[in-house]
Amino acid sequence: MDSEKQKELEALALRVREHIIKMSTDGGCFIGASLSCADLIVYLYKEVLNVTPATVKDENRDYLLLSKGHDVPALYGTLAELEFFPKERLKNHLKTTDSIYWHPNTQIPGIEFHSGSLGHLLSVSIGIAMDIKLKKASNKVYVILGDGELNEGSVWESCQVAAAKKLDNLVAIVDRNEFQANIRTEELSPLEPIEKKFEAFGWTTKRVAGHDFQALEEGFAKLPLEEGKPTVVIADTVRGKGLPSIEKRADRWFVNFTHEEIKSLLEELHGGSTTELKSKALHVR
Amino acid sequence: MTYQDLLLQISKENDKLLVMTAENRAAIRGLPQEIGDKFVDVGIAEQTMIGAAAGLALRGRVPLVHALATFLTLRAFEFIRTDVGIANLPVKVIGGVPGFLSDGNGPTHQAIEDISLMRGIPNMKVFCPADEEELVQGMKLIIDDPAPWYVRYNAMKPCVEHKAPVELGKAEVLSEGYDVALLVYGFLLKEAQVAKELLEKEGLSVRLVNVRTLKPIDGEVILKAARETRLLVTVEDHFLTGGLFSILSELLVHEQTKVNVLPIALKEKWFKPALLPNVLQHEGFTGAQLATTIMNYVKDAQHSVL
Repeated sequence: MDSEKQKELEALALRVREHIIKMSTDGGCFIGASLSCADLIVYLYKEVLNVTPATVKDENRDYLLLSKGHDVPALYGTLAELEFFPKERLKNHLKTTDSIYWHPNTQIPGIEFHSGSLGHLLSVSIGIAMDIKLKKASNKVYVILGDGELNEGSVWESCQVAAAKKLDNLVAIVDRNEFQANIRTEELSPLEPIEKKFEAFGWTTKRVAGHDFQALEEGFAKLPLEEGKPTVVIADTVRGKGLPSIEKRADRWFVNFTHEEIKSLLEELHGGSTTELKSKALHVR
Repeated sequence: MTYQDLLLQISKENDKLLVMTAENRAAIRGLPQEIGDKFVDVGIAEQTMIGAAAGLALRGRVPLVHALATFLTLRAFEFIRTDVGIANLPVKVIGGVPGFLSDGNGPTHQAIEDISLMRGIPNMKVFCPADEEELVQGMKLIIDDPAPWYVRYNAMKPCVEHKAPVELGKAEVLSEGYDVALLVYGFLLKEAQVAKELLEKEGLSVRLVNVRTLKPIDGEVILKAARETRLLVTVEDHFLTGGLFSILSELLVHEQTKVNVLPIALKEKWFKPALLPNVLQHEGFTGAQLATTIMNYVKDAQHSVL
């Protein structure tokens, strides 16, 4: 990747993070997971997915489904930046006059399916991928899973089906930020070795650094990794990435900051000093 | 025409139809060799099957998913509610061996809360055919209907001579009558028909209503029966909670209509597993037993039915 491209992606990701931070007040949002997958979502929409505001209903578009759902501010921010809908709408977060709330829904142009209940969208992606195969088309289906979401049995049920049906047009991406809602994944119910688990289920795997655009370029360069097999890209990320005051903190999952804190966090994002956060973290789950 | 013949015929005409199963092929065993990649068996994975059906429907397909009614409506309930229901997708959920039809399997296999669960989902509709003739007629309409449907699969031989073809949302009135109205759905129509004849021998005038679709319910026919008869009897192989008796109660309260109602259903219990005729006998659902239960109610002075 040339440095110009990299700078462009980094600038876009920074703007998306600003949107995420701005959504974490007046009701708040799931900031930690949104920041961990912001670079992934930006990279996929800019460099991988064959979809634009003009082709959002085209049957040959690539699909991206957000299975973990609560990281949707990263998707809202990216879709707004890429003009799937006007950026002004982001100000409607949690207002009844719009449909921009804590989980994805199809009222938002570019959002393919709703989620919020974990362990659903790998199965929905399978259906989409099956139809694409039946039509002998070449578009792909990408689905972002949370690492905590891998606790759900339905994920592994779907893994078997995707492998059995040889869905090599299906790409799962695990946002491996090492946290679930309240606790580190490895403390609660260890997931490692994740690659071996997916491989045992008949998938091909790749592990990448999830905040490094060079690494993401390499990770998504050639898909499927192996013909006849679904692919999983495990992206190592940091929960709260971009804000040292939030990074890797179990108590900064869902937050509702004051306007002063938001101002300070935006400065922190741009290299300012670390914010002293007083707002109590809320645990919705 | 059998259910399988129907699917074979429609598959040839309708490019959108997909037949799916969670490795439950009893009703569709002959299809894989005939329809090829339009037949999808996901293995014993009801949740994934429903999610995948939602994904296929997003792409314009009409998936017919097959598994035992109890595993579909219970194991995969949240997938039906969340992926099919919220998105209002035209997935057709076909539940095998519902109600008493699970005969000797035991409580794990007894889908006797399925109607309660399915009708509770916004947009979801519910069809309970009395026999294969109704099943086939109804499926033709349901495949073309844009709504999600739950079908309480029943492919028994025709049990009565039907008076009207299946119309979605319409009940079939098999006989007019002004003392007792029997409201029934599914294969129990056959037993209700026997009960009707026995009650007529006792001198009662009996209206027999085959409800067919439980959602939407044919309020017109049912409220007419409430107005014109002295006793409504619901007969169902379902828990008392949430099925036809509940639907009727909701309807009557909504219309502020006060009538005598005798519900015959499974009251807070699973049924004794056995072969179907023995189940009916044990649970009191044979035509003769139904007639006796109804006569006892009618003769009981405190109900002042007559």
